[in-house]
Amino acid sequence: MKMFRTPAFVVAMMLLASPLHADSSLPPAHYAYNQLPDPAQEAKAKALMSELRCLVCQGQSIADSDAELAGDMRALVRQRIAAGESPASIKKWLIGRYGNWVTYDPPLDRLTWPLWAIPIILIVTGLWLVRGRFKRRR
Amino acid sequence: MKRFILWTPLAIFFAFVAVFAAGLVKPDNHDIPSHLVGKPLPEFSLPAGTPDVQGLTSAEMRTGKPKLLNVFASWCVPCAAEAPQLQQLARAGVEIDAIAIRDRADDLSRFLGRYGNPYARIGSDPTSSVQIAIGSAGVPETFVIDGKGIIRHQHIGDIRAEDVPDILARLEAAR
Repeated sequence: MKMFRTPAFVVAMMLLASPLHADSSLPPAHYAYNQLPDPAQEAKAKALMSELRCLVCQGQSIADSDAELAGDMRALVRQRIAAGESPASIKKWLIGRYGNWVTYDPPLDRLTWPLWAIPIILIVTGLWLVRGRFKRRR
Repeated sequence: MKRFILWTPLAIFFAFVAVFAAGLVKPDNHDIPSHLVGKPLPEFSLPAGTPDVQGLTSAEMRTGKPKLLNVFASWCVPCAAEAPQLQQLARAGVEIDAIAIRDRADDLSRFLGRYGNPYARIGSDPTSSVQIAIGSAGVPETFVIDGKGIIRHQHIGDIRAEDVPDILARLEAAR
Protein backbone atom coordinates (compact mmCIF):
# COMPACT_ATOMS: atom_id res chain seq x y z
CA MET A 1 0.00 0.00 0.00
CA LYS A 2 3.02 2.23 0.41
CA MET A 3 3.16 3.17 -3.28
CA PHE A 4 -0.28 4.82 -3.01
CA ARG A 5 1.16 7.51 -0.78
CA THR A 6 3.83 8.68 -3.21
CA PRO A 7 3.38 12.29 -4.37
CA ALA A 8 3.39 11.19 -8.04
CA PHE A 9 0.41 8.91 -7.41
CA VAL A 10 -1.49 11.65 -5.56
CA VAL A 11 -0.83 14.12 -8.40
CA ALA A 12 -1.93 11.53 -10.98
CA MET A 13 -5.18 10.94 -9.09
CA MET A 14 -5.78 14.70 -8.83
CA LEU A 15 -5.31 15.05 -12.59
CA LEU A 16 -7.72 12.17 -13.23
CA ALA A 17 -10.41 13.47 -10.88
CA SER A 18 -13.20 15.34 -12.64
CA PRO A 19 -15.04 18.27 -11.06
CA LEU A 20 -18.47 17.53 -9.61
CA HIS A 21 -20.22 20.31 -11.51
CA ALA A 22 -19.17 19.23 -14.96
CA ASP A 23 -19.95 21.37 -17.97
CA SER A 24 -21.60 20.21 -21.15
CA SER A 25 -19.60 19.33 -24.24
CA LEU A 26 -21.47 21.82 -26.45
CA PRO A 27 -19.60 24.97 -27.50
CA PRO A 28 -20.83 28.30 -26.06
CA ALA A 29 -23.63 30.11 -27.90
CA HIS A 30 -22.35 32.55 -30.55
CA TYR A 31 -23.54 35.67 -28.71
CA ALA A 32 -22.18 34.45 -25.36
CA TYR A 33 -18.69 35.66 -26.28
CA ASN A 34 -19.30 37.79 -29.39
CA GLN A 35 -20.49 41.38 -29.43
CA LEU A 36 -23.44 42.62 -31.46
CA PRO A 37 -22.36 44.30 -34.73
CA ASP A 38 -24.18 47.53 -33.81
CA PRO A 39 -22.14 49.34 -31.08
CA ALA A 40 -25.21 51.17 -29.72
CA GLN A 41 -27.09 47.89 -29.29
CA GLU A 42 -24.01 46.22 -27.77
CA ALA A 43 -23.71 49.08 -25.24
CA LYS A 44 -27.36 48.57 -24.22
CA ALA A 45 -26.85 44.80 -23.94
CA LYS A 46 -23.62 45.25 -21.93
CA ALA A 47 -25.32 47.63 -19.47
CA LEU A 48 -28.15 45.14 -18.90
CA MET A 49 -25.78 42.14 -18.60
CA SER A 50 -23.80 43.95 -15.88
CA GLU A 51 -26.88 44.27 -13.70
CA LEU A 52 -28.17 40.72 -14.17
CA ARG A 53 -27.03 38.19 -11.62
CA CYS A 54 -25.58 34.84 -12.63
CA LEU A 55 -27.80 31.98 -11.41
CA VAL A 56 -24.91 29.56 -11.07
CA CYS A 57 -22.13 31.58 -9.44
CA GLN A 58 -24.58 33.81 -7.57
CA GLY A 59 -22.02 36.54 -6.67
CA GLN A 60 -21.21 37.62 -10.22
CA SER A 61 -23.06 39.41 -12.97
CA ILE A 62 -23.69 37.41 -16.16
CA ALA A 63 -21.29 39.84 -17.89
CA ASP A 64 -18.47 38.62 -15.61
CA SER A 65 -19.33 34.93 -15.29
CA ASP A 66 -17.94 32.06 -17.32
CA ALA A 67 -20.74 29.68 -16.30
CA GLU A 68 -22.51 28.10 -19.27
CA LEU A 69 -25.93 29.30 -18.13
CA ALA A 70 -24.53 32.85 -17.86
CA GLY A 71 -23.25 32.51 -21.45
CA ASP A 72 -26.68 31.36 -22.60
CA MET A 73 -28.26 34.31 -20.75
CA ARG A 74 -25.86 36.76 -22.45
CA ALA A 75 -26.83 35.24 -25.80
CA LEU A 76 -30.51 35.65 -24.89
CA VAL A 77 -30.01 39.31 -23.90
CA ARG A 78 -28.03 40.13 -27.08
CA GLN A 79 -30.51 38.33 -29.37
CA ARG A 80 -33.47 40.14 -27.82
CA ILE A 81 -31.75 43.54 -27.98
CA ALA A 82 -30.87 42.85 -31.62
CA ALA A 83 -34.53 41.98 -32.26
CA GLY A 84 -35.47 45.45 -30.97
CA GLU A 85 -36.68 44.57 -27.46
CA SER A 86 -35.99 47.17 -24.75
CA PRO A 87 -33.62 46.32 -21.86
CA ALA A 88 -36.41 47.15 -19.37
CA SER A 89 -38.70 44.60 -20.99
CA ILE A 90 -36.03 41.86 -21.00
CA LYS A 91 -35.30 42.59 -17.33
CA LYS A 92 -39.01 42.41 -16.50
CA TRP A 93 -39.26 39.06 -18.31
CA LEU A 94 -36.36 37.61 -16.32
CA ILE A 95 -37.70 38.98 -12.99
CA GLY A 96 -40.98 37.23 -13.86
CA ARG A 97 -39.03 33.95 -13.90
CA TYR A 98 -36.39 34.29 -11.18
CA GLY A 99 -37.73 37.14 -9.05
CA ASN A 100 -35.81 40.28 -8.01
CA TRP A 101 -32.99 37.94 -7.11
CA VAL A 102 -31.82 38.00 -10.74
CA THR A 103 -31.05 41.72 -10.79
CA TYR A 104 -28.53 43.88 -8.93
CA ASP A 105 -30.86 46.87 -9.42
CA PRO A 106 -34.10 45.74 -7.78
CA PRO A 107 -37.26 47.79 -8.37
CA LEU A 108 -38.88 49.85 -5.60
CA ASP A 109 -41.56 47.68 -3.98
CA ARG A 110 -43.04 46.56 -0.65
CA LEU A 111 -39.85 44.74 0.36
CA THR A 112 -37.16 47.03 -1.05
CA TRP A 113 -38.42 50.52 -0.06
CA PRO A 114 -36.21 50.64 3.12
CA LEU A 115 -33.14 50.67 0.83
CA TRP A 116 -34.21 54.12 -0.38
CA ALA A 117 -35.91 55.34 2.80
CA ILE A 118 -33.24 54.46 5.40
CA PRO A 119 -30.57 56.95 4.15
CA ILE A 120 -33.13 59.78 4.25
CA ILE A 121 -34.35 58.71 7.73
CA LEU A 122 -30.73 58.58 8.98
CA ILE A 123 -29.93 62.08 7.64
CA VAL A 124 -33.09 63.53 9.22
CA THR A 125 -32.30 61.78 12.53
CA GLY A 126 -28.73 63.09 12.39
CA LEU A 127 -29.91 66.67 11.82
CA TRP A 128 -32.37 66.29 14.70
CA LEU A 129 -29.59 65.03 17.00
CA VAL A 130 -27.25 67.97 16.25
CA ARG A 131 -29.96 70.66 16.14
CA GLY A 132 -29.09 71.76 19.72
CA ARG A 133 -25.50 72.52 18.72
CA PHE A 134 -26.52 74.83 15.88
CA LYS A 135 -28.84 76.71 18.24
CA ARG A 136 -26.13 77.24 20.86
CA ARG A 137 -23.66 78.65 18.31
CA ARG A 138 -26.03 81.46 17.43
CA MET B 1 -30.80 58.10 29.09
CA LYS B 2 -27.91 60.16 27.76
CA ARG B 3 -25.43 57.39 28.48
CA PHE B 4 -27.68 54.95 26.60
CA ILE B 5 -27.67 57.21 23.50
CA LEU B 6 -23.87 57.48 23.63
CA TRP B 7 -23.46 53.71 23.45
CA THR B 8 -26.02 53.20 20.67
CA PRO B 9 -23.63 53.77 17.71
CA LEU B 10 -21.18 51.20 19.10
CA ALA B 11 -24.02 48.73 19.61
CA ILE B 12 -25.17 49.27 16.00
CA PHE B 13 -21.56 48.79 14.84
CA PHE B 14 -21.29 45.44 16.63
CA ALA B 15 -24.68 44.39 15.23
CA PHE B 16 -23.27 44.98 11.72
CA VAL B 17 -20.10 43.05 12.58
CA ALA B 18 -22.27 40.15 13.75
CA VAL B 19 -24.30 40.18 10.50
CA PHE B 20 -21.18 40.21 8.30
CA ALA B 21 -19.42 37.55 10.39
CA ALA B 22 -22.50 35.33 10.07
CA GLY B 23 -22.37 35.89 6.29
CA LEU B 24 -18.73 34.76 6.20
CA VAL B 25 -19.51 31.58 8.11
CA LYS B 26 -22.60 30.74 6.02
CA PRO B 27 -22.29 32.25 2.53
CA ASP B 28 -25.51 33.28 0.83
CA ASN B 29 -25.65 30.51 -1.77
CA HIS B 30 -29.15 29.21 -2.09
CA ASP B 31 -31.75 27.68 -4.36
CA ILE B 32 -33.47 30.06 -6.73
CA PRO B 33 -37.13 29.06 -7.00
CA SER B 34 -39.01 29.61 -10.25
CA HIS B 35 -41.60 32.37 -10.01
CA LEU B 36 -43.72 30.51 -12.57
CA VAL B 37 -44.98 28.00 -9.99
CA GLY B 38 -48.78 28.45 -10.04
CA LYS B 39 -48.64 29.86 -13.58
CA PRO B 40 -49.02 28.20 -16.99
CA LEU B 41 -46.03 26.50 -18.55
CA PRO B 42 -44.64 28.85 -21.26
CA GLU B 43 -45.13 27.79 -24.88
CA PHE B 44 -42.23 25.88 -26.40
CA SER B 45 -41.47 23.27 -29.02
CA LEU B 46 -38.26 21.26 -28.79
CA PRO B 47 -36.84 18.67 -31.20
CA ALA B 48 -36.11 15.13 -30.02
CA GLY B 49 -33.00 14.71 -27.87
CA THR B 50 -32.04 11.44 -29.60
CA PRO B 51 -33.38 9.83 -32.80
CA ASP B 52 -35.18 7.07 -30.85
CA VAL B 53 -37.32 9.34 -28.62
CA GLN B 54 -40.05 11.91 -29.33
CA GLY B 55 -39.45 15.64 -28.99
CA LEU B 56 -41.47 17.76 -26.58
CA THR B 57 -43.93 20.62 -27.03
CA SER B 58 -45.73 22.54 -24.28
CA ALA B 59 -49.07 21.38 -25.79
CA GLU B 60 -48.13 17.79 -24.90
CA MET B 61 -47.94 18.85 -21.23
CA ARG B 62 -51.69 19.67 -21.23
CA THR B 63 -53.22 16.20 -21.51
CA GLY B 64 -55.61 16.38 -18.57
CA LYS B 65 -53.30 14.23 -16.44
CA PRO B 66 -50.58 15.51 -14.07
CA LYS B 67 -47.04 14.80 -15.22
CA LEU B 68 -43.45 15.44 -14.30
CA LEU B 69 -41.18 17.67 -16.36
CA ASN B 70 -37.58 16.75 -15.58
CA VAL B 71 -34.82 19.20 -16.53
CA PHE B 72 -31.61 17.19 -16.84
CA ALA B 73 -28.43 16.61 -18.86
CA SER B 74 -26.18 13.66 -19.60
CA TRP B 75 -23.17 15.68 -18.37
CA CYS B 76 -24.77 16.34 -14.99
CA VAL B 77 -23.61 14.08 -12.14
CA PRO B 78 -26.64 14.48 -9.78
CA CYS B 79 -28.89 13.66 -12.79
CA ALA B 80 -27.35 10.18 -12.86
CA ALA B 81 -27.90 9.96 -9.09
CA GLU B 82 -31.64 10.61 -9.41
CA ALA B 83 -32.14 8.14 -12.32
CA PRO B 84 -33.20 5.20 -10.06
CA GLN B 85 -35.82 7.41 -8.37
CA LEU B 86 -37.19 8.50 -11.78
CA GLN B 87 -37.35 4.82 -12.80
CA GLN B 88 -39.25 4.08 -9.61
CA LEU B 89 -41.74 6.91 -10.35
CA ALA B 90 -42.16 5.71 -13.95
CA ARG B 91 -42.85 2.17 -12.71
CA ALA B 92 -45.50 3.64 -10.37
CA GLY B 93 -47.28 4.91 -13.50
CA VAL B 94 -46.08 8.50 -13.49
CA GLU B 95 -45.59 10.01 -16.94
CA ILE B 96 -42.25 11.83 -17.09
CA ASP B 97 -41.25 14.15 -19.90
CA ALA B 98 -37.84 15.76 -20.01
CA ILE B 99 -35.82 18.66 -21.32
CA ALA B 100 -32.17 17.84 -21.98
CA ILE B 101 -29.99 20.92 -21.49
CA ARG B 102 -27.00 21.56 -23.81
CA ASP B 103 -26.80 17.91 -24.75
CA ARG B 104 -25.61 15.83 -27.72
CA ALA B 105 -27.68 12.95 -29.14
CA ASP B 106 -24.91 10.35 -28.74
CA ASP B 107 -24.09 11.43 -25.16
CA LEU B 108 -27.80 11.28 -24.33
CA SER B 109 -28.19 7.79 -25.86
CA ARG B 110 -25.22 6.58 -23.82
CA PHE B 111 -26.70 8.14 -20.64
CA LEU B 112 -30.10 6.48 -21.25
CA GLY B 113 -28.42 3.16 -22.06
CA ARG B 114 -26.44 3.28 -18.83
CA TYR B 115 -29.05 4.62 -16.38
CA GLY B 116 -32.30 3.56 -18.09
CA ASN B 117 -34.96 5.64 -19.82
CA PRO B 118 -37.92 6.64 -17.61
CA TYR B 119 -39.00 9.36 -20.09
CA ALA B 120 -41.99 9.43 -22.43
CA ARG B 121 -40.49 12.34 -24.43
CA ILE B 122 -37.20 14.22 -24.39
CA GLY B 123 -36.91 17.69 -25.91
CA SER B 124 -33.42 18.98 -26.64
CA ASP B 125 -32.62 22.52 -25.45
CA PRO B 126 -29.07 23.24 -26.69
CA THR B 127 -29.20 26.96 -25.80
CA SER B 128 -30.87 26.64 -22.35
CA SER B 129 -33.63 28.91 -23.73
CA VAL B 130 -36.59 26.83 -22.49
CA GLN B 131 -34.77 26.26 -19.20
CA ILE B 132 -34.59 30.04 -18.70
CA ALA B 133 -38.18 30.51 -19.92
CA ILE B 134 -39.50 28.20 -17.19
CA GLY B 135 -37.36 29.81 -14.47
CA SER B 136 -35.08 26.82 -13.91
CA ALA B 137 -31.66 27.78 -12.55
CA GLY B 138 -29.80 24.50 -12.93
CA VAL B 139 -29.89 20.74 -13.46
CA PRO B 140 -31.52 18.60 -12.26
CA GLU B 141 -34.86 20.19 -11.50
CA THR B 142 -38.28 18.58 -11.68
CA PHE B 143 -41.58 20.36 -12.20
CA VAL B 144 -45.03 18.97 -11.41
CA ILE B 145 -47.39 20.06 -14.22
CA ASP B 146 -51.14 19.58 -13.83
CA GLY B 147 -53.53 18.45 -16.57
CA LYS B 148 -54.15 22.02 -17.72
CA GLY B 149 -50.45 22.78 -18.11
CA ILE B 150 -50.14 24.82 -14.89
CA ILE B 151 -46.83 24.44 -13.01
CA ARG B 152 -47.82 23.22 -9.54
CA HIS B 153 -44.50 22.45 -7.89
CA GLN B 154 -40.75 22.70 -8.46
CA HIS B 155 -38.26 20.26 -6.96
CA ILE B 156 -34.75 21.75 -7.02
CA GLY B 157 -31.82 19.33 -7.11
CA ASP B 158 -31.80 15.57 -7.52
CA ILE B 159 -34.80 13.53 -6.38
CA ARG B 160 -33.56 11.30 -3.56
CA ALA B 161 -35.29 8.17 -2.32
CA GLU B 162 -36.81 10.13 0.59
CA ASP B 163 -38.27 12.73 -1.85
CA VAL B 164 -40.33 10.20 -3.83
CA PRO B 165 -43.38 10.19 -1.48
CA ASP B 166 -43.49 14.01 -1.61
CA ILE B 167 -43.37 13.99 -5.42
CA LEU B 168 -46.19 11.40 -5.55
CA ALA B 169 -48.25 13.50 -3.10
CA ARG B 170 -47.69 16.64 -5.26
CA LEU B 171 -48.84 14.72 -8.34
CA GLU B 172 -51.93 13.52 -6.48
CA ALA B 173 -52.66 17.09 -5.33
CA ALA B 174 -52.36 18.31 -8.94
CA ARG B 175 -55.01 15.84 -10.11
